Amino acid sequence: MSSILSAYAAQLQHRAQSGWRSIVVFVPYIWLFVFFLAPFLIVLKISLAESLIASPPFSPLFEWTEEGVLTLQLVFDNYSYLWEDDLYVKTYLNSIKISTISTMLCLILGYPIAYAIVRSSPTTKNILLMMIILPFWTSFLLRVYAWMGLLADQGTINSFLVWLGVIDAPIRMMYSEFAVYVGIVYTYVPFMILPLYANMEKLDITLHEAAADLGARPVTTFLTITLPLTSPGILAGSLLVFIPATGEFVIPDLLGGGNVLMIGRVLYNEFNSNHDWPVAAAVAIVLLFVLVIPMMIYQHVQSRESEG
Amino acid sequence: MSEQTQFDDRPWLDPEAEPFIQVSGVTKRFGTFTAVDNVDLQIYQGELFCMLGGSGCGKTTLLRMLAGFDNPTSGSIYIDGADMTDVPPYERPVNMMFQSYALFPHMTVEQNVAYGLKRDGVDKQEILQRVEEMLKMVELSQFAKRKPHQLSGGQRQRVALARALVKRPKALLLDEPLGALDKRLRAQTQYELMNIQDQLGVTFVVVTHDQEEAMILSTRIAVMDAGKFAQIGTPTEIYESPETRFVANFIGSANMFEGRITEDSADHVVVRSSDPACEFYIDHGVSIKEGSKVWVAVRPEKIRVSVSAPENAAANQLSGTVRDVGYLGNTSTYRVQVADGQIVEVTHPNQSRPRGGKHAVDWDDVVHLSWEPSSAVVLTE
Repeated sequence: MSSILSAYAAQLQHRAQSGWRSIVVFVPYIWLFVFFLAPFLIVLKISLAESLIASPPFSPLFEWTEEGVLTLQLVFDNYSYLWEDDLYVKTYLNSIKISTISTMLCLILGYPIAYAIVRSSPTTKNILLMMIILPFWTSFLLRVYAWMGLLADQGTINSFLVWLGVIDAPIRMMYSEFAVYVGIVYTYVPFMILPLYANMEKLDITLHEAAADLGARPVTTFLTITLPLTSPGILAGSLLVFIPATGEFVIPDLLGGGNVLMIGRVLYNEFNSNHDWPVAAAVAIVLLFVLVIPMMIYQHVQSRESEG
Repeated sequence: MSEQTQFDDRPWLDPEAEPFIQVSGVTKRFGTFTAVDNVDLQIYQGELFCMLGGSGCGKTTLLRMLAGFDNPTSGSIYIDGADMTDVPPYERPVNMMFQSYALFPHMTVEQNVAYGLKRDGVDKQEILQRVEEMLKMVELSQFAKRKPHQLSGGQRQRVALARALVKRPKALLLDEPLGALDKRLRAQTQYELMNIQDQLGVTFVVVTHDQEEAMILSTRIAVMDAGKFAQIGTPTEIYESPETRFVANFIGSANMFEGRITEDSADHVVVRSSDPACEFYIDHGVSIKEGSKVWVAVRPEKIRVSVSAPENAAANQLSGTVRDVGYLGNTSTYRVQVADGQIVEVTHPNQSRPRGGKHAVDWDDVVHLSWEPSSAVVLTE
């Protein structure tokens, strides 16, 4: 029996050495190239072109002159335009502001929820986790429309409050930053809870007891033990909320309307209404860099933590 | 000898002494399970007290109630004269060393040890000094800047000890303090622990399942079984005068003979057993009614073994056939069949080398066993 197994293992090893391993490793590289690097380079190329009324609506990167010389044409006007027209700077800042505040709200809401889930009995734990994941089984768009129904002037919440007699006239909630916050926090809070849960699950309860035993009150225990030990979860959850929230398009478009400036909407307008592909591409490239910076900070912190 | 020195190292014998930890009628239930069942216990200042028992006997629950992590379902706990009923763990005058050590993984050794002092608002200079002192005592000074995961098991154990002792608690609670160490390190650490306890004069309450550990460490041992104390006493009392069959079997091993009392006087008692047919003459009275059923326990190392038959028949003698020999080098253990179904275990020191490759007692030899009248113990339950 063991000889068959070892022969089989040797065979596997041989196969792995003769190419399988490199193929397996190669697949994700191909995937990344085709679906990330190539599109990125195309968008980068468009962002460096000039807008034309043609099809495609931008100038080519390489052109043959009449003398038969290949010329490279790089236009940086789109980027300087983003800087000169203060609409873009304002929109970037506003997007970052909204996603930062949303991330903090998600953290304030998600942290106690994750903690409560970790501390509950195994059966309750599974039910609670299911309830966190369950909304993903319905369409995201449908859920945003549901919020429109809830927040509208004649919507469920206003009708209920009027019926109760708490208010005389409906409160305006739709098409405001408030509605956008509600939408983003509602949509992204599971992305905060799940990494926090995964992190807290590993937390040893006896550490809390040890802290209490050494004279730490519950608040001190939280600040000196729980919080530092859950910081990787906080960081991971915050990035999972912050990054998609910054570029969010559907929520600000449907719940914020024209009143809330977010970069996703501006990009959409440049692309679909103005047909200015190069500016839209530049907006996308700048957004990418805005989001890469927190990612790099995260990586840096993580590598430092695993060292020390 | 003055009163003072007479009770100096045996405070539990002093009727005047105030117990440092007083447990009265404490019961702890988890649902329908009773972990600790109406126990009373007094632990005195400076003792090294061990609670010994198998898993699930309630020893850890009792320790956790002393630390304040669990509250008794009923009964009261007094520490240093104060009722602990509503006192949270962070206000109790005791510290605990956890079985898993529970070192804070994100802090250095130094920060771990300083944690408790910071909570008490001790000034910075003093914290530094006391941490340094404590690390010196546990010989970890050069590891002060390391994180727990960079330490060996033995070093972590010493950090945990330093962290718990740096606050100068009046009592230290230790949950299986040596449980996670390998055998060699454990033996060494046992003596270190005793020295530290002696040096600081702190009351130690140790929970362990290891009887050898309990025997070496303790001033007194409480043997626990099913949420109750089976017996509380010094290691010698527990070993030499067990009160129940459970204790006799739990600490060391004992040969148990069932019989009836045929004679009970002030200075001796005679017990007769039928299978194996034997008369036990025990040189201390037990004041139990004649004819009642009792058990006689004899420790394996207290039985003499000989190949030649005794000159005259008397009490405290048995003979049988060697069924098994366990040669351990310094001692040999013989399993001698003395009757149908009754095996007597005998431990014998190997005082001479085997001659011509042959041991003095070997498989299938007929041997004669005997013991002193003082060696056997009469048990009623």
